[in-house]
Parts: sequence; structure tokens; C-alpha cells
Amino acid sequence: MAQMNLLQAINNALDIAMSENDRTLCFGEDVGHFGGVFRATSGLQEKHGKARCFNTPLVEQGIIGFANGLAAQGSVPIAEIQFADYIFPAFDQIVNETAKFRYRSGNQFNVGNLTIRTPYGGGIAGGLYHSQSPEAYFAHTPGLKVVVPRNPYQAKGLLLAAIRDKNPVIFFEPKRLYRASVGEVPEEDYQLPLGKAEVVKEGKDITLLAWGAQMEIIEKAADLAEKSGISCEVIDLRSILPWDVDTVSASVIKTGRLLINQEAPLTNGFASEIAATIQDECFLHLESPIERVCGMDTPYPLALEKEYVADHLKVFEAIKRSVNF
Amino acid sequence: MNRDEYKQGLDVHTPVFIDGHSVEIPVLKILNHDGTVFPGAELPEINQELAVKIYQSFVFHRVLDERMVASQRQGRLSFYLTALGEEATTIGGTAGLKPQDMIMAQYREQGALIFRGFSLENFMNQMFSNEKDLGKGRQMPIHYGSNDLNYMTVSSPLATQIPQASGYAYGQKLQGLDAVTLCYFGEGAASEGDFHAGLNMAAVHNAPVIFFCRNNGYAISTPSDEQFRGNGIASRGVGYGIKTIRVDGNDVLAVLKATQVARDYAVKEHKPVLIEGMTYRLGAHSTSDDPTGYRTREEEDKWQKNDPVLRMKKWMEANNWWDDSQENELKEQYKEKILAAVKVAEKIDKPPVEDLITDVYDIPTPQLTRQLNELKEHIKKYPYAYPFTAGRIK
Repeated sequence: MAQMNLLQAINNALDIAMSENDRTLCFGEDVGHFGGVFRATSGLQEKHGKARCFNTPLVEQGIIGFANGLAAQGSVPIAEIQFADYIFPAFDQIVNETAKFRYRSGNQFNVGNLTIRTPYGGGIAGGLYHSQSPEAYFAHTPGLKVVVPRNPYQAKGLLLAAIRDKNPVIFFEPKRLYRASVGEVPEEDYQLPLGKAEVVKEGKDITLLAWGAQMEIIEKAADLAEKSGISCEVIDLRSILPWDVDTVSASVIKTGRLLINQEAPLTNGFASEIAATIQDECFLHLESPIERVCGMDTPYPLALEKEYVADHLKVFEAIKRSVNF
Repeated sequence: MNRDEYKQGLDVHTPVFIDGHSVEIPVLKILNHDGTVFPGAELPEINQELAVKIYQSFVFHRVLDERMVASQRQGRLSFYLTALGEEATTIGGTAGLKPQDMIMAQYREQGALIFRGFSLENFMNQMFSNEKDLGKGRQMPIHYGSNDLNYMTVSSPLATQIPQASGYAYGQKLQGLDAVTLCYFGEGAASEGDFHAGLNMAAVHNAPVIFFCRNNGYAISTPSDEQFRGNGIASRGVGYGIKTIRVDGNDVLAVLKATQVARDYAVKEHKPVLIEGMTYRLGAHSTSDDPTGYRTREEEDKWQKNDPVLRMKKWMEANNWWDDSQENELKEQYKEKILAAVKVAEKIDKPPVEDLITDVYDIPTPQLTRQLNELKEHIKKYPYAYPFTAGRIK
């Protein structure tokens, strides 16, 4: 075990992946010698060479198009999009190409080796173009897997699983935790399962569900609620697509209440999908309406970030609303 | 390129502007309209066997296109798209490759597959989206793909294959393979962002990819002079630092020569090449299109006289490699085979209902399996509404 922050855990996973297979490549804007603007790829070019870890021109659709070709060819590309806010020029390559490659060819070709890494989310005073959480756009696309880790241990295990998974994965990294989240991480190789949620804390009165950086928000809210005598079950969804309906349903059947906390705007966010599915699965077990505590339906603000975000106090209020319904 | 290495002309002290037309682009021509070789022309590597294979591919291509348009008109097929007039770009280009080279096409490149020996059954099964289609009946007619023949499955979005070809070729290079990727696209698709992305990525990362632009004059109804202002597509290759050549796209020997030389360069130097083949789409964009609304008969007649197949035929005849009786016999043979294949393919079952959820992922997710099971129960309830699959559900 070693103390690592989330960036170090990601760097460590990339190094393991590049060491075990010389067809594994890391590339993106400033990813090469500089090691990425957040330093997630630090040292990889020195260790694995310029042919396998390199800078690309400033062209997101080119990065993902190039990565799709590499994956189809049998290489293992790990492409970085510098900020999730800038993934949209590559939207067509991801939605129309990456996601449909296997299906449209009748499994003659696939890009299952592709992993797209991208930092997402707010909390770094980044304003509207360095703070977005666009997971729901991609969750609407069959053929993709979408994964979001909450801490260094999770990040390493999930990223290694994503790289080795036989399907293309978008790996959203919570950038506000890059250096803030530090924890024990095994130095050796390990994987955590994709498509499986994790019950982080058991409880009996209400289920709190989130992913990525919002996990620390619901854990903080759960502590507040405990002090008011409300027992919270806390779940990390971990995979947005496909998502673990069974674990969430089982918890809601037990607690009778569900609160979903998401950083992205409320309307049509992934919390909405979860709420619709859970009311269907658990209708007769629900004691109160499913609560969604989300960002507001505005672009991500700058000066008023504190007011905007779905913080632990908003979650705490929603817990009380739900329990007292 | 380092900024110090920019190739600069003389310093000037009054403003001097340049544009794409400041660079004159030579056009490679080997075969004259009368089938003679231009004096001093350097022939491609070609012998009688290859010449006959190319010419037979032309004949098959024309008969296939003609029969499939007829089938579409008869209502047997939903959609078709001919490549009339530009067959030399696809067949000649593919003939300049090795079988291990990947081809990433746009959609009008059935000639490449014909040359590589895609079976008539495979063509038909794809077009009739039956259960024997390699693509499992998921894409509209003409979206072929063949892993065995190194022909990447075609997708409808335009130009997406261009940056993919750069990546594919980069992977081939890293593995040290004697292989390149050839990427076809039209001059219209070259307006898409992916064209610029793909060429720049290939140039910067030294990918052994041959970009082959079929400049056929039209993107559906939009003529190329409403598509761009520069000196064709070739001038853009120069801008990206890519070795570029323009060829007469209706001269199959020029196309073959350019592709052979480009392949050699790409493999040896690990660098991309751009070929612009100047041709003309003699047919409609597709069976859903009628060109009489946007171009003149005179224009079409002019290009009809520039037929790439006829030009090669004259050369073949002059070499005593081909004659009319051979051609007529072959055409009849192909016609009969194609008609018979249509009749077989259209009767083959649609794919099973299970194929709705396979290949979305390597293994269907629990959600997908559940959705399929619900669908099956529904079909069992209303079998008359789902005649293709109702009888086959277990």
C-alpha cells in the first residue's frame, strides 16, 4: 500500500497498462513530455517512449477519430480529452463511430480497446467551460460504458478495468479531487468491476446515491443526518452505463426512500433516469417521492458557484423532506 | 515543423498575397482518350493478368450497378448507389495496394470490394439485409464491410473514416507491418471537420495512410464550386505538409501508378500521401436522387465521352488482351449470375430477433437481455404484426 492522490493513482494505472502491453498508447493535448495539464501522464513518455505517449494537435475529433482507428486496428488507445467541457467536437466520433463500431459491422470490427479519459466537474473556480459534468449525454448512447471513480483506490481499479474491458469506456475523472483526495492504494495490479455499484455505508431510513466527486457530499450529508437520528445507506453508483439497477433497487426496497445527488443540471440528468427506473422497480416500497438534488438548470457559474452547487446542506434538507413526507 | 524551418521566399517590402492557385498542380495522365499511352509516360507495374483482372472488375461493376438500380426500381431493394464514371478511382486504387492494406471507404467504393473478390452472395446478403449479411442486417444497402478482405465496414456519417484511417495506419506502423491504410472520400466530405483533423493528425504523427479523394464534381446536388474556393483538394494536402499528387481519375493507369508509388513511399517513409483523382459522377447520387434538376445534359455528355472503362478497353484491345466477344460473353454471364443471386438473397430470412441486442456490447447487458425478453413476450402476443420473427421465437 502507498499513499496516493487521485492523479497518482491514475498515473500508476496508466503505467501498469503501458508496461504490460506495448500496444497500449496514451495521447492527447499536452500529454507527452509535459505529462498533461494536470500531470496525469507524468513520466510516461520518458518511460515508454514518444511513439506510445505523445502530444496531439488541438483537435478533439481528431484525437478520438485517431483513437477509433487505433482500437479497430488492435492497438489499445487511451485518449485524453483535456477537459470534459471540450469533448463535444468529438461527439460525432464517440456517438456515431465508437459506440456503433461493433454493432454496425456485425462484430467484424470493434473499438472495444478504446478508453477515453477526461476530467469533469466543478469546484476549481473554472466557470462554465472548465466545470461541466456531461455524463448524461453519453449515457444516452448504447454501446458506450461510462465510469466515474470517487477516490484514488477506486480510480486505479476502475481505470485498469476500463482499459482491459472489451468495450469502449469513457472514464470521467473528478478533477476537484485530483489532489484533494488522498488514500491508501495498492501498488500492485488490481481491478474493480464495471457496471457494479458499491454500498459504501449501510443504513435503514433512506438510500443516498451519487457518483464521483458528489460522493463526499452525500457522505457529509449522511453524517449530518445521523446526528438528527436518520440512518442513511450510502451508495456509489461508479458506473453510469450500464448501471447497477439491482444494487440500488435492493437498497431502496430496504429503506423505502431514495435521494440521488448529481453535479450536472437537474433536467434530463442521469438522476432522472435512475428515478424513473426505481419508481418502476420499487413502486410499492417507496415511502416518499424520489428526491433529486442536482445542479441548477443553468450554465455552470463562476462567482456564484457556492450557491449553485448541489452541496451537503441541500442534500441534508432533501433527506429531511423525504423522511418527513 | 519548427518555425525556423518554414520555407520562406524573398523578403518583400510591399504587401504580396498568395492563394491556393499560386501553386500550379500537375495532373498525372498516362492513358490518352484513344487508348494510347502518352509519349514518355511511365507505366505502372502491370501485366496482362492484372490488366484483365482490373477490366473484368469494371465489367462486373457496371453490370452490378445496372442490375441493382433495376431491382430498386422494381421495388425489390430499398436503396442503391452506383459509381458510374468513377470506377477507375476505386478499382485502380485498390489494384495499387497489397491485400494486407486496410481500405477505409466512404460508400461509393464497391469497386474496391469487387477487385478484392467480395462474393456476389456477400453483396446481395448485405443489400437485402438478410440473416446471412456479414453486418447482420443492420445497415442500409451498400454499407459493406469485410474483415477477411481488409475493408472496414462503411458508416453513413461523412468523413469520420478519415481520422480513423490515420490512427489505423499509425497502429500498422508501430507494429512494423508492411501495410498501409487507404482512405477514400469525396470532395464534398472534405469540407467536414474530420477531413482536416485526419490529415493533420496523419501528417504530425507520420502515419502511413493514403488519402484518396474522389473529386467527382458533386456532393448530391451541390457542385464543387459551391463546396470550396481553393485549388481543389490537392492544395490542402500541401498546407498540411503532406506529399500530394493530382491524377486524371478516369485514367486507370494513372490512378494505379500514383497509388503504387504512394504506397511505396508511405511504407518506406512512414508518411501520409494525398491523391486527388479528378473524375465525374455520371450517375445520380443514389436511387433517391435525380440529377436532371441540377445539371445539364451537355455536361453529362462531355464526361460520357471521357469514360474510364472505354479508355482502358481501347488500350486492352491495342494490346490484344481483350475483345468485344469476350466482353459480351462476360456481361451475359454476370447478368445471369446477379439475377439469380438477387432471387436467392431476397428469399433468405431476416436476422433473428436476438440480433437486435447482440454486438451493442461484447456481451449483452442485463438491461438489454431484459428488454429482449419483454419484446419476445410482446411478439408472441401479436405474432401477425411481426411476421419476420414471430415464428422463430423460442
